[in-house]
Amino acid sequence: MISFNGLVVICLAYVAMLFAVAFTADRFARKGHSRWLRSPIVYTLSLSIYATAWTFYGAVGSAARSGLEYITIYLGPSLVMFGWWWLLRKLVRIGRSQRITSVADLISSRFGKSNLLAVLVTILSVIAATPYIALQLQSVTVSFEVFANGGGTDTGEVVGRNTAFWVAIGLAIFTVIFGTRNLDANERHHGVVMAIAVEAVVKLTALLAVGIFVVWGLAGGVSQTLEVIEASELGQWQVHGGRWAGLIFISGAAFLCLPRMFQVLVVEAADEDHLRTASWAFPAYLMAMSIFVVPIAAVGLAVLPSDANPDLFVLTLPLSQGAEGVAVLSFLGGFSSATSMVIVAAIALSTMVSNHIVMPIWLRLAGGRATISGDVRNVVLTARRVSIVSIVLLGYMYYAVSGGGSALAAIGLISFVGVVQVLPSMIGGIFWRGATRTGAVAGLVIGSVIWLYTFFLPSIGIEVFSERTLAEGPWGLGWLRPQALFGIAGLDPFLHALLWSLALNALAFFGGSVLSFPTPVERLQGAQFVNIFQHSGGPRSWSSGVAQTEDLLIMAQRILGPGEAIALFRREAERQGVRGDLPEPRPDFLETLERELAGSVGAATAHAMVGQIVGGTSVSVQDLIAVADESAQLMEYSARLEAQSAELSSTARQLREANDKLTRLSVQKDAFLSQISHELRTPMSSIRAFSEILRDSGGLSAEEQSKFASIIHDETIRLTRLLDDILDLSVMENGRVSLNMREGRLCDVLDRAVAAGSVGESDEVSLEVRRDRSTEDIVLYTDLDRLSQVFINIISNARKYCEAAKPRLTIRVREQNRALAIDFIDNGQGIPRDSRDVIFEKFARISDQRAGGAGLGLAICRQVMERLGGTITYLPGQGGAGFRVLLPRKAALAAE
Amino acid sequence: MSKRLLLIEDEPNIIEAISFILSRDGWHVASHSSGTTAMERLRAEPPDVVILDVMLPGRSGYEVLRDIRDDPSLAKIPVLMLTARGQTKDRELAERAGANLFMTKPFSNTEVLEAVRALVPAT
Repeated sequence: MISFNGLVVICLAYVAMLFAVAFTADRFARKGHSRWLRSPIVYTLSLSIYATAWTFYGAVGSAARSGLEYITIYLGPSLVMFGWWWLLRKLVRIGRSQRITSVADLISSRFGKSNLLAVLVTILSVIAATPYIALQLQSVTVSFEVFANGGGTDTGEVVGRNTAFWVAIGLAIFTVIFGTRNLDANERHHGVVMAIAVEAVVKLTALLAVGIFVVWGLAGGVSQTLEVIEASELGQWQVHGGRWAGLIFISGAAFLCLPRMFQVLVVEAADEDHLRTASWAFPAYLMAMSIFVVPIAAVGLAVLPSDANPDLFVLTLPLSQGAEGVAVLSFLGGFSSATSMVIVAAIALSTMVSNHIVMPIWLRLAGGRATISGDVRNVVLTARRVSIVSIVLLGYMYYAVSGGGSALAAIGLISFVGVVQVLPSMIGGIFWRGATRTGAVAGLVIGSVIWLYTFFLPSIGIEVFSERTLAEGPWGLGWLRPQALFGIAGLDPFLHALLWSLALNALAFFGGSVLSFPTPVERLQGAQFVNIFQHSGGPRSWSSGVAQTEDLLIMAQRILGPGEAIALFRREAERQGVRGDLPEPRPDFLETLERELAGSVGAATAHAMVGQIVGGTSVSVQDLIAVADESAQLMEYSARLEAQSAELSSTARQLREANDKLTRLSVQKDAFLSQISHELRTPMSSIRAFSEILRDSGGLSAEEQSKFASIIHDETIRLTRLLDDILDLSVMENGRVSLNMREGRLCDVLDRAVAAGSVGESDEVSLEVRRDRSTEDIVLYTDLDRLSQVFINIISNARKYCEAAKPRLTIRVREQNRALAIDFIDNGQGIPRDSRDVIFEKFARISDQRAGGAGLGLAICRQVMERLGGTITYLPGQGGAGFRVLLPRKAALAAE
Repeated sequence: MSKRLLLIEDEPNIIEAISFILSRDGWHVASHSSGTTAMERLRAEPPDVVILDVMLPGRSGYEVLRDIRDDPSLAKIPVLMLTARGQTKDRELAERAGANLFMTKPFSNTEVLEAVRALVPAT
């Protein structure tokens, strides 16, 4: 028989192994090899902390007492896992996107970051968890006692308590070491999760080993075992439908609401997709855990003496048969169940206590300066460590005071009913946008009070409620009997407590939500939670600008640690494109920062801390809306002003332009009139002078008379031509010209122009025109007469002004991009550079030579080309005067 | 000895008309048709009277007149300005530049003759 001390050694060795596993996993994680650590299997195994010592030992006890009822405890969570798509996926998504650290944080965050709610949930959770932790300590102690008694050692209550105490201390140390290594809950506890996964395997192996030992070693096979079961009273127990339904519901609900379950299910979840695996793997695990429960119970009832505690069959059965190895394994299984539960519960609860109770108090005491001057990181860590130790010791004290009397399963149920008081707020919060803080507080308070009054306090014993109070109600008020509220007696105490507490809780939650009005932050958070799959933006905006980034950095360093905080700020600065390490305190950055901080200290606290620096502990959406409204009005007003001013300046500009145009026109008109006057008066002078001579002077020779008369004649023609040109130009400038669009060949137009341009040419100096007819075979669609007028003008100009001894004009036709270019180049001196831009102006005559023109020719050409959609430009660098006529492509139809 | 007159004008027909009228009245008429070189011609053969057109190729008649008035040897020569622009503005410009008389084209032959005679009193 193994000695008590031997068992202690085994225990210590096992614990040392767990330390090693946790330590190694942490090391691996830090080196970045967290992929394997974060597999779906590890996630699934970590969920097995649901199966505590209560399930490990108590399931057999429950089966021995109530038959298959224990199955319900497994069915509830299995149903929740099967339905992961509807509920768990949403919870995990919310938990990850909002950096939720605990159940209390979830509720608080959903209902406007209310710290009151967080405190309520925390207190409720601690009260509910304490007996449960006590239960785990008790189970370890009892299992020790079994071994000690079996070994013949005389152990009294003192030894038991000592065992419980040392176990509590050991668990506290383990949890402090691996549970508070990382401050940010979202960095997760790799070591702890891995240790829990190992313990899950140990649990399952132990229970399977005992089961196999019992079925094949004790009963002698499957059929014999079935006979034993048949023979026992197990199969005859009646099914209590209401109680079963209640148990299935409560276990499923507790699976969601238990702080430790929330910790592994949501907070430690590395990947949403792991849920997919866990949805079948975890029910499978639970099934494996439960498969041998009935055989063990039946064989235990048959084999062991009738006064044996069925809760310990798992341990006593192999021990009574001298199968020490199986017994030790079984002991380790129970030990694993107890320790893993305590560790995770302590982590979850300490997070809640430190974030929602210690930190707010500390912040208030330290005042605003503390967020930047004190070392918050140390405060948080210390608070968490102290919380862990306190919670474990609280469990120990509960155990020590209560003396560990009740059946294990009963304590489990009390705890479950307590924690599921969170359920209405949680489910309502993530599915119903109308849920409000008031409703959540009302539901939680009423549910908790009823739970305490009807279930928790009566369970403690007659120290709290005397027999008389239970039987007749306090102060003789029958309707207030704790286990028969409002006179409804005869119900199972569990069912009674569950129904009343949850029903009134839900009613208060619903009523409170409907009757109250959500604050803006609540409403935003509500939308974020309920529509988590549509939203991924931040929860709400900070008004930035007031915040001092440096202060924020100092604060963030205190909480996140200097390296990480600086990295975060630098990343943000880079993202914003700001030089240096300090980003602008823009709203989105403040939200990111707050969420990072929330991972360490909880949403409400992070909100408060950022608020202390940014100014104003909460920026209400109403404020923001008011600001937005105001600025919208301002913007509208200024937009109106701007529009008016733009209109005014546009009008002014138009006026100025009109004025300029008028002035320009007036100047032009003056210049034009003056030019016209000059051009008209000059020939008229000659006409008048010579007609007077002819009239007044006698004795003129016939020759003279004829000469003077022809001068008069010529000048009259000149006048007429001038008037024609002026009219032509005027018509064209006013756009009143109607074009006579026709089809024709370019070469024909050129032929006509060359012929007309040479009219009146003297014989001695004739202008030679060089053409390449092969290039001129192009069909045009334009006003051929007008185009011809332009050509004539250019050709006669060349004839008039080309001073070469052998004047020559080359006409080149070329297709250029989308236009047809017709170049006229003579071999004269060309036009001086400074005159080139005036030759197309009216009355521009650059040569001293009398040429008889009014200086309107090229001006008319320009107007004509404009009307035809083309241009006429001077072509420099040709060795003579060059003019280029450009016709648009549409005017030139290809000859093909 | 007949008085010498220089006609600075670029219109050949007008040159011919004025030359004909004044020659028949006993004037010795010379003509010059460029504004640019008018001053050289004036200095080379200073006339007794000048008929000056405003619109000249190269330089305007106003500029030529200003140069005449600025040149001590020519400053006293009477000048009749002819212009095809009959606006008041042009008359003022001519007076400011120092024209003795101002006439607008088309002119009456008799008026030109009388004007020239008035400018150069017979001695």
